[in-house]
Amino acid sequence: MPITRDEVAHLARLSRLALSDAELDHLAPQLDQIISAVAQVQEVAADGIPPTTHATGLANVFRDDEPVACLTPEQALSGAPAVEMQRFKVPRILVEE
Amino acid sequence: MDELIRMTAAELSAAVTAGDVSAAEVTQAHLERIDAVDGRVRAFLHVAAEDALAQAREVDRKRAAGQPLGTLAGVPVAVKDLFTTVGAPTTCGSKILEGWYPPYESTITGRLRDADAILIGKTNMDEFAMGSSTENSGYGASHNPWDLAKVPGGSSGGSAAAVAAYEAPLALGTDTGGSIRQPASVCGIVGTKPTYGGSSRYGVVAFASSLDTPGPFGRNVLDTALLHEVMSGHDPLDSTSIDAPVPPVVAAARHGDVSGMRIGVVTDLSGAGYQPGVMTRFTEAVELLESLGAKVTELSCPHFRYALPAYYLIAPSECSSNLARFDGMRFGLRTGGGSAEEVMAQTRAAGFGTEVKRRIMLGTHALSSGYYDAYYGKAQQVRTLIIQDFEAAFSQVDVLVSPVTPTTAFRLGERADDPMAMYLADLCTIPANLAGNAAISVPCGLADEDEMPVGLQVMAPPLADDRLYRVAAAVEAAFNARLGHPLLTESKGLS
Repeated sequence: MPITRDEVAHLARLSRLALSDAELDHLAPQLDQIISAVAQVQEVAADGIPPTTHATGLANVFRDDEPVACLTPEQALSGAPAVEMQRFKVPRILVEE
Repeated sequence: MDELIRMTAAELSAAVTAGDVSAAEVTQAHLERIDAVDGRVRAFLHVAAEDALAQAREVDRKRAAGQPLGTLAGVPVAVKDLFTTVGAPTTCGSKILEGWYPPYESTITGRLRDADAILIGKTNMDEFAMGSSTENSGYGASHNPWDLAKVPGGSSGGSAAAVAAYEAPLALGTDTGGSIRQPASVCGIVGTKPTYGGSSRYGVVAFASSLDTPGPFGRNVLDTALLHEVMSGHDPLDSTSIDAPVPPVVAAARHGDVSGMRIGVVTDLSGAGYQPGVMTRFTEAVELLESLGAKVTELSCPHFRYALPAYYLIAPSECSSNLARFDGMRFGLRTGGGSAEEVMAQTRAAGFGTEVKRRIMLGTHALSSGYYDAYYGKAQQVRTLIIQDFEAAFSQVDVLVSPVTPTTAFRLGERADDPMAMYLADLCTIPANLAGNAAISVPCGLADEDEMPVGLQVMAPPLADDRLYRVAAAVEAAFNARLGHPLLTESKGLS
């Protein structure tokens, strides 16, 4: 199933990538080519075959609920682009209507 | 100084422990080598000169105080720039993490420090480990020390180049689809993808979590095993870490004996698209193993032909989820204006390179409603079939062998904007990642066409990593005996 430039633009929005028109022009045909190639997996008769998410077969792993040392606030904030009152400072997340 | 950089890790550690040479002298010699050649190789993104010398002086102080020293005492190790290291930047080869200093240490680099190794610097890589050439690095490509016009492979290309150029005797990499074995192969050194879960992912920046496997590079089999052993073992901080003893890889590397071993040649990993010189060296290596007493049979793993397409659905799907954390809010680059969502989209567009964007969108597509069953779901079923192929094969043989990659190192720029051609470099290595098996690349000569190194891939069942080293040590010993010297000493790219 071919993928159109509009669909690629939609994927970019879903992926939070503000791509330029030039980038979309460049990437759209490449993605179409890659998707047609990987679609080969659909040739495999796999009805009834269970999916593998993870090779080791480990299920949930638990540890004892014991307090351990963790990052200090200063360490946790050390790479932040902006900090205020020991918190991550971010642009507004709600838009007033 | 030249003598120190040519020594093996095993020799260096013994010499430092015996007091024949100081860790500071060993470190200084390698820093001088980096100064002399890295302008051409460009293996390193960050050389931790002062910090490395401080680590070395601490090792020397411990020795002077009569304290016991670790397995890798005074041995410089180059670290792929996706292991978090306190005190050194960690970029993952991406502009989105330029200048980021992690607040915590990866389990594996911590274990290396505990073993008295010297972390000498951070190496170049394809951005977020996506690529087979280092050309996807946000900081420019590394060069193959055998021929500077060619790629060193990838994604751990900087680590492989550093070891091949004698800038460090050992290096750390990660292998998600071949990112240790393929660069080891094209740089003429040894590289191992351990069993998935055998080496901790804590502090290893995630690309595809169900596939990512940290592993060692070395110039010879024993050195590689020494690093493998030090870095491996259960880690409660990684929930996918296997709680089992580390396979006896060092003992196996010291006893390269394949007599009576059952070795299977995977016939599906050959044919059209394989460079003739690669196939010639591979066939010779198989004949060599037979002459050393191995029982060689050919067998087919019929679903391996679907491994590459399945991988390019599973890995991008996992990457699209993992890389959502790079949003410009808590760390790394932040750019643009407007709402948080607009800033995220502008930051990610500015900070990620083209291949990362391609894979994020591919993964987003494969996981989106309406396509999930046809793409991601189907790829997961193929993964089961590939595991079944391996299980059937390992019921008949002890290890499987194949070429590591269909060609020798290609020229810089040759595949840079042709993603499908680039992806083919991982054709032979991906099955072991999908199944979680252990696999190694060991040098098996130079291709006649271009005098560039060829690697032999050996694959073993999960937690049978020691078998890799038995076979690799036997191959290495036979080649060294035939040539009269290690293959790598024939490299002339830097002379």
